[in-house]
Amino acid sequence: MTEAMAVSILMTVIGAATPLLLAALGELVAEKSGVLNLGIEGMMLVGAVTGFAVTSSTGMHLLGLLAAMAAAVGASMIFGVLTISLASNQVATGLALTIFGIGLSSMIGESFVGLTIAPLGPVFPAALAEDPLLRLVFGHSILVYVSLVMTAAVAWFLTRSRGGLILRAVGENDHSAHSIGYSVTTVRYAAVAFGGAMAGLAGCYYSMVQTPMWADELTAGRGWIALALVVFSAWRPWRLLAGAYLFGAVMTFELHAKAAGLNIVPPEFLAALPYLATILVLALISSRRSVGSAAPACLGQPFRPST
Amino acid sequence: MLELERRKVPSRTMIWLAPVLAVLATMVVGGLVFSALGYDGFAAVRAIFIDPLITLRKWQDLGLKAAPLVMIATGLAIGFRANVWNIGAEGQYVVGGLAGTGVALATWEMTGWWILPLMCIAGALAGMAWAGIPALLRTRFNVNEILSSLMLTYVAVQLLYYMVNGPWKDPDGFNFPQTRIFTDAQMLPYLSGIGYLNVPLALVISLVVWFLMARTMLGFQIRVVGAAPMAARYGGFSQRRTIWLALLAGGGLAGLAGLFEAAGPFGQMVPAFPTGYGFTAIIVAFLGRLHPLGILAAGIILAVTYVGGEASQSSLGLPSAATGVFQSMMLFFLLAADVLVGWRLRLRRRVTE
Amino acid sequence: MTLITRRGLLKAGGAAAATLPFAGRAFAAEPLKVAFIYVGPVGDFGFTFAHEQGRKEAQAHFGENVVTTYVENVAEGPDAERVLKNLADDGNKLIFATSFGFMNPTVKVAKRYPDVMFEHCTGYQTAANIATYNARFYEGRAVCGTIAGHMSKTGIGGYVASFPIPEVVMGINAFTLAAQKVNPAFQTKVVWVSSWYDPAKEADAAKALFDQGADILSQHTDSPAPLQAAEQRGLMAFGQAWDMSSFAPKAHLTAIENHWGGYYIERIQAVIDGTWKTGSVWAGLKEDMVRMAPWNERIPPEVVKAAEAMRDGQADGSVKIFSGPIVDQNGTEKVPLGSALDDPTLLALDWYVAGVQS
Repeated sequence: MTEAMAVSILMTVIGAATPLLLAALGELVAEKSGVLNLGIEGMMLVGAVTGFAVTSSTGMHLLGLLAAMAAAVGASMIFGVLTISLASNQVATGLALTIFGIGLSSMIGESFVGLTIAPLGPVFPAALAEDPLLRLVFGHSILVYVSLVMTAAVAWFLTRSRGGLILRAVGENDHSAHSIGYSVTTVRYAAVAFGGAMAGLAGCYYSMVQTPMWADELTAGRGWIALALVVFSAWRPWRLLAGAYLFGAVMTFELHAKAAGLNIVPPEFLAALPYLATILVLALISSRRSVGSAAPACLGQPFRPST
Repeated sequence: MLELERRKVPSRTMIWLAPVLAVLATMVVGGLVFSALGYDGFAAVRAIFIDPLITLRKWQDLGLKAAPLVMIATGLAIGFRANVWNIGAEGQYVVGGLAGTGVALATWEMTGWWILPLMCIAGALAGMAWAGIPALLRTRFNVNEILSSLMLTYVAVQLLYYMVNGPWKDPDGFNFPQTRIFTDAQMLPYLSGIGYLNVPLALVISLVVWFLMARTMLGFQIRVVGAAPMAARYGGFSQRRTIWLALLAGGGLAGLAGLFEAAGPFGQMVPAFPTGYGFTAIIVAFLGRLHPLGILAAGIILAVTYVGGEASQSSLGLPSAATGVFQSMMLFFLLAADVLVGWRLRLRRRVTE
Repeated sequence: MTLITRRGLLKAGGAAAATLPFAGRAFAAEPLKVAFIYVGPVGDFGFTFAHEQGRKEAQAHFGENVVTTYVENVAEGPDAERVLKNLADDGNKLIFATSFGFMNPTVKVAKRYPDVMFEHCTGYQTAANIATYNARFYEGRAVCGTIAGHMSKTGIGGYVASFPIPEVVMGINAFTLAAQKVNPAFQTKVVWVSSWYDPAKEADAAKALFDQGADILSQHTDSPAPLQAAEQRGLMAFGQAWDMSSFAPKAHLTAIENHWGGYYIERIQAVIDGTWKTGSVWAGLKEDMVRMAPWNERIPPEVVKAAEAMRDGQADGSVKIFSGPIVDQNGTEKVPLGSALDDPTLLALDWYVAGVQS
């Protein structure tokens, strides 16, 4: 294997991992605050179509990204109002959000089918990325760097900042957090909105970077993989990063094995692998019950203040 | 200003009124939104929500579409009432269909009255086994069943792809990924004017579950464990047993529903078998207030929107995505209206205290 | 209520439908109603999109005399059966079912509606009121293969494929055979993505093929994603189902276009004239059901000439891509010199020619 080829394969892995990482980081924060949002796929699609439509209409990628985040945050707020303010069931609301996102994105995108935009290119000047190894460092779109910076930021926020402490407290014991004066509602709204923004960016990775176009259900179920990843990572940002790259590597490995004519295991097994691995990890971490490694205690439970 | 005030007792009126309000709100808001988008919004509402109900020949379609939804949702609601969140019914449905298919292929070219019952048993058991995994993980390792049951759904779908692309591929099917077509002995009987046998069976199951939940000690136990876990513990009800029961009931009914689809409308196993019934059933369960009879009504309402949505495509040129938007809107409104069950809206003047 | 078997009911249902008053041509003055059902969204820009273009062409051709409608995103199975039945109930006289998975539902419904004509795309079951139609996509693949044989520097073609059904298998073989006529050492590497539509995976499959030495790409999946990957790498690819050059102006050498419009017009006209008969149509370049999109400017004139020779030769019948000698992957001679694969063999094809790595 040549150096250029190895770099190229790694670039593919990074490309496969980045949108998963973006979406999963957002979901991780939401879940840490005690909110399980199953609408990632829907928010990603709303983000993807908005990012594409705005970029296609204005020619400005940055505007597309911002609009996509705004639109996905908007979608996440439907979920927020229902689950946080009205204490509706999170599972049902999240599923409804996914159905809504699939439908809405298809309707918005109708007039954009068959168009393309210039892909959101590398953020650094091309001269920096001529050498293959440097390309691995400097050859990516801004979303790759955003995903890495956000991983660090989320890790820092959750463990080192006061805000993160409050957020975790809300997720672990909402009633205690409430009784010592923190607003469970505000924290959860913020976490859900963050999840929406990140899902929007993740959607853009598909519609603006990897396959710069719009087609119905463009994300093809990646939102559910992101959800699995959060669990796989045991709600820890750096593990999430590792998990996303591992998933990306497995997906890329499968395709390369086939291109090389190797059929080692049935493709269905490889496709099921991330989910099987997630169940296994879930069993391992849940049985250990070490503090901070298992699911947030209030995950999925609506908060109803007793006063 | 308008304020929410907690009711002392949940409103019984609102429990039943909220879904009606939600459907009405969807029709009004949906009509307005789609009109604003340049479609004939109110004709769309009529086509999606009303036409299938008043067109006699479409009732059979409604029954066939509603039957699996009602069966799965009824099983899920048992769990939801006990605070057990099985959201992997889709996987249990798939595995149920697969197990039945396995029996069908093993009894290929045999005849006998016992084949179909055997398929049914295999389907229900497979669904229970698949749901038993999250139950085991929850009771043994304290694993959140929402996540484990969901993950298993994707595993089940891949298992299906593997079987139809590999061992079970129809040898005379030109390599297309699908199994042989079931023989008559392996098919559910077809009732003239009603549909396959699963339609009346779904109705019967829904009534039986209603009776069990409302009138037996078992149903009481499940409801208590869900509503007041502490009280249940004092009352000597085992939470562990309830978790098993809830998941096995949900999985069994989903598996049976899968088998009914495979041995009924599908008549074979194909990659398109997972149609999302398991997920839609969650919506049906909530729309029906987790009550077997409510679920019956909710299943029919959802079926109406599917059947009406298809018709609106050819009659009004509405995109298929519109159906999804209407359905999700309906659920959003229902979940919002739910708040009225526990709370009341009150106009309050500023008080100085 | 009588308990009867499925087959029994179908007979009974069929008899009932035959007595319905709208049978026959009592409403000749009314526009003919024609319906299409699609497995995907019309916005897929692939297979379904191409059918939708065909429907629009037919609608434009007949104007007010014919009303065509469609139902998209119809799941294969019971949903398709219900949609077909309702379309028949709504008075459609001719219904096009445009996906292989609609075959069994179409057969079931057609029995109950003997006075409604059904047309099933890519299947193999016919009846008095079910005709099948399909396109010889492989002829287009052969033209692409000729171009690939000339244009590929590495001598390795990549192929992003969906499922190993005969249609896909024969496409891979035709592509490879044609390329080998130009460059006998030409190899085709296949990646199965186990999906007709998954843009991200299709793009990554394309990249994997490029990384393994392919410099020209063919695809049998529905999204333009592989073309975009080729464009980003500065390599070459062929479009699928429709001219996809807007997605990859440099990489897109040509595309195999599915032109269903002509067939739809012909069949609708046959119903209007009362001459519709069942049958199996498998049409290709000759009948203009398969068409090559405009050649990319970067293809040198002599290669265009070779491609056109392959295209026109197949259209007039002088070139048969599946003529012997053909050796399979294991070195076994499958087709001796002087003979060619016939249609029934092609439609059940399940082996690959030498040089295919799958």
